[in-house]
Amino acid sequence: MPILDVKKVTKQFGGLTALDDISFQVKEGEIHGLIGPNGAGKSTIFKNIAGFYTPTKGEIIYQGKNIAGEQPHVIAKMGIVRTFQETTLFQEMTVYENALLGCLGKSHINLFSAILGLDKQQQKAAREKVLEVLDFMGLSDRRNQLASELPLGSQRALAVSIALASEPELMLMDEPFAGMNIEETRHMMDLTRKVLESGITIILVEHDMKAVMGLCHFLTVLNFGHLLAEGTPEEIRHNEKVIEAYLGGVK
Amino acid sequence: MKIIKLLKIIAAIIFIAGLIVVPHYLKFHFQDLLIFLTVNVLVVASYRIVTLTGEWSLIHAVMMGVGAYTAALLFKNFNLGMWFTLPLAGGMAGLIAALLSFPLFRMTQFYFLIGSFAAGEAIRLTWMQFIVPFGGSGGISGIEPPMIGSIDFMDPIPYYYLALSVVAICFFILHRIENSKIGLTLNAIHWKAPLAESVGVDTWRYRTLAFTIGSFFVGIAGALKVHYLGTVTPNQYGVGFMVFILIWVIIGGYNTIYGPVIGVILLTMFDESIRGFGELRPAIYGGVLILSMLFLPLGLESIPARFFAWCGIGGSSSDGPPP
Repeated sequence: MPILDVKKVTKQFGGLTALDDISFQVKEGEIHGLIGPNGAGKSTIFKNIAGFYTPTKGEIIYQGKNIAGEQPHVIAKMGIVRTFQETTLFQEMTVYENALLGCLGKSHINLFSAILGLDKQQQKAAREKVLEVLDFMGLSDRRNQLASELPLGSQRALAVSIALASEPELMLMDEPFAGMNIEETRHMMDLTRKVLESGITIILVEHDMKAVMGLCHFLTVLNFGHLLAEGTPEEIRHNEKVIEAYLGGVK
Repeated sequence: MKIIKLLKIIAAIIFIAGLIVVPHYLKFHFQDLLIFLTVNVLVVASYRIVTLTGEWSLIHAVMMGVGAYTAALLFKNFNLGMWFTLPLAGGMAGLIAALLSFPLFRMTQFYFLIGSFAAGEAIRLTWMQFIVPFGGSGGISGIEPPMIGSIDFMDPIPYYYLALSVVAICFFILHRIENSKIGLTLNAIHWKAPLAESVGVDTWRYRTLAFTIGSFFVGIAGALKVHYLGTVTPNQYGVGFMVFILIWVIIGGYNTIYGPVIGVILLTMFDESIRGFGELRPAIYGGVLILSMLFLPLGLESIPARFFAWCGIGGSSSDGPPP
């Protein structure tokens, strides 16, 4: 049974159809790649899954429930967490504080325990969780640095740390390799595999073909809002339609 | 860092001692002012929790009025003493804020600013229009402070100590909230709302919570004021007072909870000290505000940090607390 089942999702913005009848399934424990040329609708499908957009038509089934149109924080609490394309971090805060914010969504608001300081146990658990995550992502040494002071690779790793701290089941990664050099890309690929091995299913939107082909178990190819092809990286590499539409320019 | 810590402790002790002895060295007129200043400290401190989410509302002054009117009506109609009217005034302001959150927090930024202003004026003009029970533009008068045994709180000095205690407790609670997980979440919403949402933070609920808490405490401030002043009118809590709240917060600085408090204290003292200039007083006050914003864009609270940086001691901004 797939962990996520996207069924005939259509998204229209006024007269523009950004997604047309898209269906695909994501298997648990895999890295599922979403690729396609610019404007193909990759980010749009992401935002539909994470609740930032409501699909015009169609269903998104997660844990046996249709989550299409739910609020982002509800979907996040159910275990789907996204990272952002641009380096969206809390720039003015330290690495540690950034990751700590990842834990905030899970905890309940309790005004009185906050005032009286009765939530020490909970705070301690959060602190330990954050240190564990930062250690896991190799950011322990930098935990007191400001997020804005980090190099690009570490900023992306921190973005993933924030997501990890919220204990997701399914992570949506939006172009985590954009703008990276070869060394940074290799490091990020290792981290992505580590995240997968820790039991988290990943959906990856990415332009970097080397990273996509090296990481993904299964690929869905979009073009102009339509589903163009799906299959393993090996199948996609030899798919005529894909080569024509997308890889055609690449030798 | 040790020097700064020691200086901070010494400053705190001097400050607290000063708060306790100061009314005894003031003339009657200034004792009155001191009480209003104490109440205004709670007004700006409670406004801070609203602004933590990055949304600046224009309804805070009216919320103070809600507290004042609630206390006045309870005192006049049910003869409830101040011990009951204080929490009930806060509760009423908090309740109205919570209800207003439904329409208001569908908006952000300028739309929220205008929306909160409109909601505030709607409430304030309702007081103006209804002679029963709000007394129209004349408001309600004859509200009395409490008495405990032989201590008559009609006198400014005992009332000052009473107000100071209430404000200190409220300030402590607000400070705790800001430094708790709730405060951290509000900050996160301010900086990057979509990122906060993507890890499961219900931004609408936190905005509502901040607005409700801020209104609750400013409602208490309103009740504190009306029990001393004895009257409440719609014009006391109009746009003019709201602008003063904004000036105190912005000139004081809004990076820490101390900024707005420093702002309200120093600006009130400054305003009194230039009383001798007569007709030139507003012009001088305005000129100083402009100079302050030009040369201290981060507020009066940034003076110590600048001073220490100038002396060559003090840490960089990246000295976070060790986890």
